[in-house]
Amino acid sequence: MEKKLMKGNEAAGAAAILAGCKYFFGYPITPQNELPEYMARELPKCGGTYLQAESEIGAINMVYGASGAGARVMTSSSSPGIALKQEGISYLAGAELPCVIVNMMRSSPGLGGIQPAQGDYFMATRGGGNGDYFTPVYAPASVQELVDLIIKAFDTADLYRTPVMVLGDGMIGQMMEPVELKIPEKKEIPAKDWAVKDKPTKGDNKLINSLYIIPEELEEHIQGLFSKYEIIKQDECMYEMFNCEDADVISVAYGTSSRIVRNAIKKLENDGIKMGLIRPITLWPFPVEAFEKIGSKTKALLCVEMSAGQMIDDVKIANEGRLPVEFFGRSGGVVPKPEEIVNKVKEILGGNK
Amino acid sequence: MKTVFEKTKGLTDIPFHYCPGCTHGIIHRLVAESLVELGLMEDAVCVASVGCSVFTYKYFDCDAMQASHGRAPAVATGAKRVLKDRTVFTYQGDGDLAAIGTAETVHAAARGENITIIYVNNAIYGMTGGQMAPTTLVGQKATTSPEGRIASTNGYPIRVAEMLSTLDGTAFIERVAVNKPANVIKAKKAIKKAFQTQTNKQGFSLVEILSSCPTNWSMPPQDALNWLEEKMIPYYPLGNFKTPEEN
Repeated sequence: MEKKLMKGNEAAGAAAILAGCKYFFGYPITPQNELPEYMARELPKCGGTYLQAESEIGAINMVYGASGAGARVMTSSSSPGIALKQEGISYLAGAELPCVIVNMMRSSPGLGGIQPAQGDYFMATRGGGNGDYFTPVYAPASVQELVDLIIKAFDTADLYRTPVMVLGDGMIGQMMEPVELKIPEKKEIPAKDWAVKDKPTKGDNKLINSLYIIPEELEEHIQGLFSKYEIIKQDECMYEMFNCEDADVISVAYGTSSRIVRNAIKKLENDGIKMGLIRPITLWPFPVEAFEKIGSKTKALLCVEMSAGQMIDDVKIANEGRLPVEFFGRSGGVVPKPEEIVNKVKEILGGNK
Repeated sequence: MKTVFEKTKGLTDIPFHYCPGCTHGIIHRLVAESLVELGLMEDAVCVASVGCSVFTYKYFDCDAMQASHGRAPAVATGAKRVLKDRTVFTYQGDGDLAAIGTAETVHAAARGENITIIYVNNAIYGMTGGQMAPTTLVGQKATTSPEGRIASTNGYPIRVAEMLSTLDGTAFIERVAVNKPANVIKAKKAIKKAFQTQTNKQGFSLVEILSSCPTNWSMPPQDALNWLEEKMIPYYPLGNFKTPEEN
């Protein structure tokens, strides 16, 4: 199929439409505006509805209503806007409503800045809102992967009745790359017989709800969510291991930072240093399994993030104390340079190599 | 024997959790009766809110969605955009609608969403135990305005019906009360008109219903009904603020 040069944010919209998304509730925030703008232009052409909400809170609650009505639905925002959506995401998780939420991260905390960053790792992988829940999180490293993961995210959402986050950053959203927009394979999705759709027959009223006032009933509900999360951990974890065999150091990076790490790997090769890369594609569930495959030659792990250090906690958990875990990160919207990573690796190896 | 009155089939048999003397029960009955009489009960999708009305999804015999605090109009918007032919209504109190949910309410109204809002104004936060609401009258005591609402520090109560009727997106807006039989009859008429506005696809409809809260007003039920008449109605005048031309 022919490849098309597309901006990440627009490709995300095109992928959602391919996946059968018919409703999009948006609110402007840099650097993701091209996504709602694309949906406003393109969704009506295929019988869908784009609606600009009064706020991110409004948008995520419209998602709740549309998802509760059985529709494939999406919303998008960037860091401070995603923080506002967390109330709704907790309710979606509690009511087991499927939807896709795109976060094109910018630098934070607070109003922060508008340059790309990865400071929402905690917010994305720790539930983010109130209570006991997780949401699957996909972290694309290219525009093509963004397209593929958005399509996958809709299936995962429907399959497990859960909100799913696609976590990009300003770089992924803003850059242009060639993409192939394939019509996705139809995945077997259970019928949404829980949704409010057709008129109920007597005694078959549908209820979309996250309220369980009896503690034992709520506990049972939460246990149900966590049994589901166990299956997601087993079946939906995705990662890539690159150049890891006999590597001196293995870096761990996702999304945009993993691209910079690849450049550093090439540069280190010239100096006779072999660096591998573990690239989590799902951030939750985190690919613990990859760390069990690390060979005996590897001396250290290097976590590279566009933050002051968040994923490093999961790297340490997955590493189980086997190797020293080092960190290199730039935050505030500063993108790390490959040379900086090279220097950090040399520092770790202490010139022994 | 001929049945002269029976409980509407639009309500389930689950006993209400409302306090004695609370008029939520009357309002539930009116909403359910209106939907049944209009043949809309099976069509209806109730969006429940947070506050005393949190369990409405148990009481109305129809499909329902439970929304977070204040967000019912946004949830109803999402639902109605998908379910264009069903009758989507929210049932919200004054704290939910006129404080935390003001943005969702005003913008659903401004967009002219074809939904119906049943807005119960009892001038207090009931479920949480009698805190000051956006509609608490100046001078009215609440647990967070123990000396009575003071305008210089707490500002003034919001007249939702008047405010929303200034928006071009709204089609039907009326304020009613349920403190005496004549008002109850008028309230039911307004509720029916609101639902008809939606089925006629005429746009946003809201009925503000002045309701009593004997428990948190610290009054016997009859005194509460009198207080509603004497104190609330003068500040919140009853009447229609907007009707679609065809209605």
